[in-house]
Amino acid sequence: MNQPASNAGVVPAQPGMAGLFWAVMKRDLMLAFRRRSDLLNPLVFFLMVASLFPLGISPEPTFLEQIAPGVVWVGALLATLLSMDSLFRSDFDDGTLEQTLLSPQPLFLVVLAKVLAHWAMTGLPLTLMAPLLGVMLFLPTEGMSGLVLSLLLGTPTLSLVGAIGAALTVGLRKGGVLISLLVLPLYIPVLIFGAGAVQAAVTGLPLGGYLSLLGAMLALGVALAPLAIAAALRISVSG
Amino acid sequence: MSEPLLEVIQLYCERDDRVLFDNLNFSLNAGDVLQIEGANGSGKTTLLRILSGLTGNYEGEILWRGEPRAQTRESFNRSLLYFGHQPGVKAILTPLENLQWYAAMHPSIATGRIMSALEQVGLRGYEDAPCHTLSAGQNRRVSLARLYLSDAPLWILDEPFTAIDKQGVAQKERLIQQHADQGGSVILTTHHELSLGERLRRINLNLQGET
Repeated sequence: MNQPASNAGVVPAQPGMAGLFWAVMKRDLMLAFRRRSDLLNPLVFFLMVASLFPLGISPEPTFLEQIAPGVVWVGALLATLLSMDSLFRSDFDDGTLEQTLLSPQPLFLVVLAKVLAHWAMTGLPLTLMAPLLGVMLFLPTEGMSGLVLSLLLGTPTLSLVGAIGAALTVGLRKGGVLISLLVLPLYIPVLIFGAGAVQAAVTGLPLGGYLSLLGAMLALGVALAPLAIAAALRISVSG
Repeated sequence: MSEPLLEVIQLYCERDDRVLFDNLNFSLNAGDVLQIEGANGSGKTTLLRILSGLTGNYEGEILWRGEPRAQTRESFNRSLLYFGHQPGVKAILTPLENLQWYAAMHPSIATGRIMSALEQVGLRGYEDAPCHTLSAGQNRRVSLARLYLSDAPLWILDEPFTAIDKQGVAQKERLIQQHADQGGSVILTTHHELSLGERLRRINLNLQGET
C-alpha cells in the first residue's frame, strides 16, 4: 500500500512535557492558519484605530506625536481583547475542551501552550506592526525601541490575563461583553506602564524601570494565570 | 470477587430545581457493561458527565478502585476513555490530525496505531480530508476510532451509535464485547437494543435503580 504523501509530516509524538507543549501549540497554530480571517481581524482593527485617530482628531504632527504612545498601546490592548473570546470557544463547542480536561496530562502546560500560540498569532504580529503605526502617528524614532520592547513584554501578559476571562465566560452563550468587564481592570496596569515606557523612550529617560515592571507582571502571569485559567475552565465545563 | 472498579454511593443530583436522581447506588466490576436507560431529559448525560468527572454538581461518593475519585484524578483520567455528546473532533483538522492530538493528550497511545484505527472505522482514504467535509456519521467515526487506540479499561460512552450505520453499530457492539471479555468495563447510554447477553446490566433512571 502506498502511504499518502502528506504522511511524511507525521512525526511520532515525543514523550514528555516538551512534546506535549509542542503538540498543543502546533495544533493551535495550525487551526489559526486554517482560519485566516480570524487571524487578520485583530491586525486590521489595530491598523484602523491608528489610521482613524488622525482623521478624527487632528493630523497635526506635533499633536499626534504626543498621543502616539497611548494610541498604539490602547489599539494593541483592544485588539488583543477582541481576539480573546475565540480562544476556548471552538474547543468548548466541539467537545475537544472536555477531552482536554479529561486527559491525564497537566492542564497547566496545555493551557500555557494554548495561550502562547494565541499570543504568537495576535500579540507578536501586533508588536511587529507597531513601528509602522508609530511612523503613521509621527512617533519620534527614539520611541520605537521602547514601543517594541514594551509591547513584547506587555502583550503576553494581556493574552494570559485575557485567557482567564475567556475561560470563565466560555460556557456562557454571550461571553464577549463580560470578558471586557472582567479583564479590563486587570489590563490597566499593563497599559499604564507600557505607554509610560514609550513616553520615557521618547523623552530620553531610562526605560529600565518600566520594562522591569512589565517583565515582573509577565513573570507573575506565566506562573499564576495558567492555574486560574485551568480552574476557570473546569468551572465552565462543569456548568 | 476483587474490589469494584467504580463504585457509586448515594448519588444525588438536581438540576434547575429538579431532582434527576436521588440515592443512586451501583458498582461496576471489571468486565461489566452497564447501560443507562431513561427517557429524554432523565439525566443520562448528566450522570455520565458526573461519572467521568466533568461535572462536580452532585452529592454522594464516587470511588475509583476503592478510593475517592477526587484523590486519584490522574490515574482515573489515565484509565478513562470518554465519548461525549459532542464527539470532540475539530472540523478544520483532518481525522489524522485529530487523533494525533488525542494521542498527544494521552501518552499511553502509540501513534503508530492511528492509521490502523482509522482503517478499522472505515475512514481509510479520508485521513487527510478536513473533517468538515465528512458526513456526520464519519465525524462520529473519527471519534470512535479512539476505541481502537486507547488501552483505557473504563469506557464511558454517551450515545456512541448516533448517526452510525447498521454495520458500524454491529462492529462497535463486537468491540464493546471484546473490551469486556478482556476485562474492560463500559458504561454507555443508547436507545439501541444491545445484544451483549448476560454481561449487560441496565440502570433505568426513571425507575431509579438496577433492572
